[in-house]
Order: sequence, then C-alpha cells, then structure tokens
Amino acid sequence: MTDAQARQPVLSLRGATLRFDRRTLWQGLDLDVAPGEFIAVLGANGSGKTSLLRTILGQHPLSSGEALVAGEPVTAGNPRIGYVPQQKLADEGTPLRARDLVGLGIDGGTFGFWPSRSKRARVDRLLADVGATDYAEVPVSTLSGGEQQRLRVGQALASDPVLLLADEPLASLDLTNQRAVSELIDRHRRERGFGVLFVTHDVNPVLPIVDRVLYLAGGRFRIGAPDEVLRSEVLTELYGSPVDVIRARGRIIVVGTPDAGHAPHDEHHDAGHEDVCDHNPEDTEAVVL
Amino acid sequence: MLHDSGVWGQIFDFSDYGQLLVLLRNSIIAGAVLGLIGGLIGVFVMSRDMAFAVHGISELSFAGASAGLLLGIGVVQGSIVGSLVAALLIGALGARARERNSITAVLMPFGLGLGILCLAIYSGRSANKFGLLTGQIVAIDDPQVGWLLAIAVIVLIGLGIVWRPLTFASIDADVAAARGVPVRGLSIVFMLLLGLTVAVSVQIVGALLVLSILVTPAAAALRVSASPLVVPVLSVVFGVVSVVGGILLALGGSVPISPYVTTISFAIYIVCRAIGAARARRGISGRRMPEPALSAGALS
Repeated sequence: MTDAQARQPVLSLRGATLRFDRRTLWQGLDLDVAPGEFIAVLGANGSGKTSLLRTILGQHPLSSGEALVAGEPVTAGNPRIGYVPQQKLADEGTPLRARDLVGLGIDGGTFGFWPSRSKRARVDRLLADVGATDYAEVPVSTLSGGEQQRLRVGQALASDPVLLLADEPLASLDLTNQRAVSELIDRHRRERGFGVLFVTHDVNPVLPIVDRVLYLAGGRFRIGAPDEVLRSEVLTELYGSPVDVIRARGRIIVVGTPDAGHAPHDEHHDAGHEDVCDHNPEDTEAVVL
Repeated sequence: MLHDSGVWGQIFDFSDYGQLLVLLRNSIIAGAVLGLIGGLIGVFVMSRDMAFAVHGISELSFAGASAGLLLGIGVVQGSIVGSLVAALLIGALGARARERNSITAVLMPFGLGLGILCLAIYSGRSANKFGLLTGQIVAIDDPQVGWLLAIAVIVLIGLGIVWRPLTFASIDADVAAARGVPVRGLSIVFMLLLGLTVAVSVQIVGALLVLSILVTPAAAALRVSASPLVVPVLSVVFGVVSVVGGILLALGGSVPISPYVTTISFAIYIVCRAIGAARARRGISGRRMPEPALSAGALS
C-alpha cells in the first residue's frame, strides 16, 4: 500500500441523504472512515443504520450526495467490502462444514462448481486467523452462535477488504462470545488496516475498541468520540426530547429515546425493506444502547 | 437388507426376468437419469427449504400432463409446461418461505383438480390416467426417453454453472447479495431447473410421489454428511438406487412402480437417520479437542 492509499479514506460520504417517500432517514451525512478506524453506528430501530450499510453495499441508491469506497463510487458486489451479518443459526441440514462457509468468501460469487487449487490453503489460513481450525471440518449447523460468527468474520476477510460492514454481529451472542467476536474484528482491523462500520444496538461490548460513534436519530446524526456523543445533552438535542445517558460500572445506558416504538414499522412499510434488527426483543425496551 | 429377494420372490414372479429387462431398457435409463438430477437438485431443495413447493409444482405438472394427454400435445410436453408455469409462479410470488407455502397451498389443489378434470374428459386408455399420479413403468417409448435425456442434460449443465453461487445464495442470501451474487436471478434459474426436473419425475414416479426422488435422497445424505462434495454424491447414489432398484423390483409385479421407489428411498433415509443419531450419541462431531481437557462430561 502506498502512502497516498494509506491516507485515503476507505469510505467517504459527502452530503449523503437517504429518503423513503417523505421520511428522511438521514441527510447531509459527511463521514470519512480512515484505514483501520472502528466506527460504531448507533441509533434506535428505523433510524437507518442498516439502510446506511445497504447504501454502501450498492443495494440502495442515495437520495442525494456521494458515497465513495476507497475513492471509487459504490458498486454492487464490491469485493473490497467485507460484510458480517447478524448471527442466525444455520439450519440442520445445511450442507456445509466450517471450512466451506469460509470458502464461500473466496469463490462463492463465481460461477461453476470446481474449486481452485489454492483455495484449500487460503481457507486454512483464514480458519487459523479467526481461531476456527479446531472445528474446520464440523458441520456449520452444529456450531455455536459464537463459532458461526467467527466463521462469518473469516468469510468476510477472504477478499482482503478495505472496509468491513458489520450489521448487529453480536446480537444474540452471550457476553463471552460478544467480547471474543469484537476482539477478533478489532485485532484484524489493526493488523490488516481495514476500516469498520459496526452497526449495533448495544455499544457496551465494543466500547473499549470504538474510535468514533455515528449516532443516527430522527433524520439527524452526530459523529465523534464516544465521550463526546454519548452524553445526555448531546442526545437530548439530537432527539429533541429529554434523553439521559447513564454511566454505571463502565457501561453506558441510554434512557428515554422516544422513537424506538413506532419508527421501524414506518420504515418497513414505506420502503418495503427489512431492517434485520427490527425483531430484536431487546430493542423494544426503553433502555437501549 | 434392500435386496431381500426371498420375500419378494414369493410375492412376485421373476421368471422371464431377462426378457422383461430388455423391454424396460428405456425405463431403466430414464430412472437412472432421474436419480442423478433428482439427487443433485434435492440438495438445493433442502437448503432452500422448498420441499412443499416441490409438491405443489408436481401437482401442476400433473395438470399439464393430463391436459397434454387430453389435447394430444403429449404428456411430457404438457407436464413440462405445467411444471415451469408452477415453478415460476411460486418463485415470483413466494420470495419468503411463508408466502411460498401459502401460494403453493393455493396452487396445488387447483392443479390437482384441473388434472382430474382433464383425465375425466379423456376417453383413451385408463392406464395412462392412473400412471400420471402414481407412476408408470412400461409407458416410456423412445421419443419420451429422448425428451427426458435432453431435459436432464439441460438441468445438469445449468446446475454445473450456477452450483457455487446458488449454494451461497441458498445458505445466506444477505451476504451473497452483499458480495454481488445475483440472488434473484439465481432463484429464477433454480425454479426453472426444478420445474424441468419435476416434469421428468412425474413421468416415472407420478405426481404424488415426486418428493421421494427430489427430497428424500438429499435429506438422507444430509443426515450422514455436511460436506458439499459428499452430500450431492450420496444423494445421487441414493436417488439412482431408489429409482432403478424400484423399477427392477416392480418388473415382477403388476403394481405401479412408485411403492417400490418410495419404500427404497424411505428405507435409505431411515438407515441414514440411524447412522447420524448413532454418531451424535458417540460424540463424533469432527471437532478437534485438546486431549487433556477431554473428559466424559464434556461429551454430553
């Protein structure tokens, strides 16, 4: 990587705006993600977190503004972007072992059926990188949620991305696995220098490793270090109604966010699009984040 | 245990077996080909959770075949048209599993009713009527085998091309889409290939029992392996053994072919389930464990 490339933001948003019908999810969003930077994307359901990722993946056009990935306009299926979805347990009867799930990251998008010669060695390296060597041959459906998420990180690393998009990758994992998976992503973004956009409804598991926070609410946003953004006065202003940020035992709890209840349904129907975190029962509580 | 010919021999007359075999050359070729493509596409039917949709397509295929018989277009041709229409409808209207199930449930009885109507009006040989629902063994002539082989080649080539991205899209559509896999396009291609395979199956095992070729072999294979190479290979072996074995057994009797086919494929499934369960009980998971940490309690 040359110096110029090293300094170039892996993601650049300029005046990015996304509207569905009359509803504005966010507008005028300016964001530069530096190589190796870890940004948590926070906000209530329906605030457009997942839509932001879809825009960067080239699946939704911006209503206005510009989005560049490594200096190039977004395209669908950009191999420079790695994507880690929410954990969903593989069904029994999924014809894949751990190594095959990772292998899809290498050649899953190419037509044909016969693997290339170098694939096995590359998969072995990726499995080792995410600490999954011990269960390389195990059927995916018998692995725990934490183990499956490690494999998905390995799968996302396969194309050597400059930007990793993670959509609630810790949801429904226990605390130990939440820590393990976020530390895994943290280690690799430092070693490999890719930027991370990490959508989450709970910032606490990643609080120690977050560089900046992008908080989306009510069509507006705040970007900054966690201590600058996650404050009562900042979020109160952002939401336009009283919000308390409580810090207790090293955890951050946000109380009083007004829009968690109705917004996701609006987005769901207006846009005809699915927000994967809509159905997370934790989000229905007043105490989110 | 599957070739317990002592029991079968008492029930059926296996004299003149050699001569019968020559007569049924076409059926055996068609059966082997069906086992092959059914076993392969079954793997995707399982990973895309489409067993019920397969049943729905086969009923519409039956309707098409009956209409083909009635109108003199040809059974195979009619069945292909019925299958493809059903496959595309279910594919287009049922993107998600729940929608797909309800649209299948709506289409299926309609197809069956349409088929029964056509057969009721049809004044030709009645053996053909029953055969479309429960399978036929003698009715496959040379042009029909030609059709079946041509369809099988199309399905094989099609599957070969889309195999890997279709696997990706079937396992994890979101991530596949993020990687630029044309998830929707692949879904349509798959439904077309599935429709063609169902049309072939209806000719041999009959509309009611298509699942025994398109689902049971793959489901059995998935009980004993998760390797993306071993599962399709086993599934094909199970499929071919079921269909060809069923034809060979049915030779001696006057009963339709389908009970033999379905019984063999069911028996294979039971055996595979037992093997899978025995492995799970003995804690064989393929997981490498650090030796000292391995204790009896850890294997529960």
